Amino acid sequence: MTFAVITFPGSNCDQDAYRAAKDVLGQQAEYIWHKDTDLKGADVVILPGGFAHGDYLRCGAMARFSPVMKSVQEFAAKGGPVLGICNGFQVLLEAGLLPGAMLRNRSLKFQCEHVHIRVEQTDTPFTMACRVGQVLRVPIAHGEGNYFAEPDVIARLEANRQVVFRYSTPDGRITDEANANGSLANIAGLCNERRNVVGLMPHPERACESILGSQDGLVLFESVMKAVAHA
Amino acid sequence: MRARVFVTLKPSVFDPQGRTIAEALHSMGYGGVEDVRQGKYFELDLATNEAAQAKALAAEVADRLLANPVIESYRIEIES
Repeated sequence: MTFAVITFPGSNCDQDAYRAAKDVLGQQAEYIWHKDTDLKGADVVILPGGFAHGDYLRCGAMARFSPVMKSVQEFAAKGGPVLGICNGFQVLLEAGLLPGAMLRNRSLKFQCEHVHIRVEQTDTPFTMACRVGQVLRVPIAHGEGNYFAEPDVIARLEANRQVVFRYSTPDGRITDEANANGSLANIAGLCNERRNVVGLMPHPERACESILGSQDGLVLFESVMKAVAHA
Repeated sequence: MRARVFVTLKPSVFDPQGRTIAEALHSMGYGGVEDVRQGKYFELDLATNEAAQAKALAAEVADRLLANPVIESYRIEIES
């Protein structure tokens, strides 16, 4: 199967995502420049981390208008699996593919560390190989990951079971101390109502090899391979 | 014609930067500054001399790009 990794000017985790798909999992992977509109027959689209368009104005604000995003919207509308990682998640929020917005971390710091997230939902293409309550140790690297949405939106996300990952303690408890950045309801990742578009702030693609300190991120890639194989 | 666009976080949204600035001012002795909200300011040079047209164009670009309606609101002033 083929992973398309979108590269915006300022993306800097596109190579990490490409390596996870191609070298670690042995799948096809293609870089797609943000001005291109051909997704090259992708089965999965990844919006990688980084600082698209310098993060000027707001994170993801201008990437949303890159030509490739029209193709990504169409791919998502057809039910294709789309994963937004970190800055890619911010792009999905700005593009309206996922609800809500990001504020500055409550620490006001750019935080670069390993955190724990608990898998809340396993009926998405990126978590179907997980079990509910599974705790993943994955890195974060962001200054604006403090998830915000109005209370009615949060209530709808909870009612529809769209919160896919929450910041947790290593043993899976959802506490304020484990909340890496101040996100409402410890939200680390979400899916859309159709469940094919998933975004998360932590970096699973940087946690796919033991030399990187954790292999816990692999399960997201294994999940989508399973999802595509069964589609 | 020039339009000035002021973008601020909506009142319902916590502003960690504004809060930190307020706390810094308090520690400097400015207890009279009760709260601070940080925002963004844009100057748009527009190819029109018609105020209504200028305002409509500024509002359109604010809606589409300058502000994120999920967390921000904006105010426009037209410079004559």
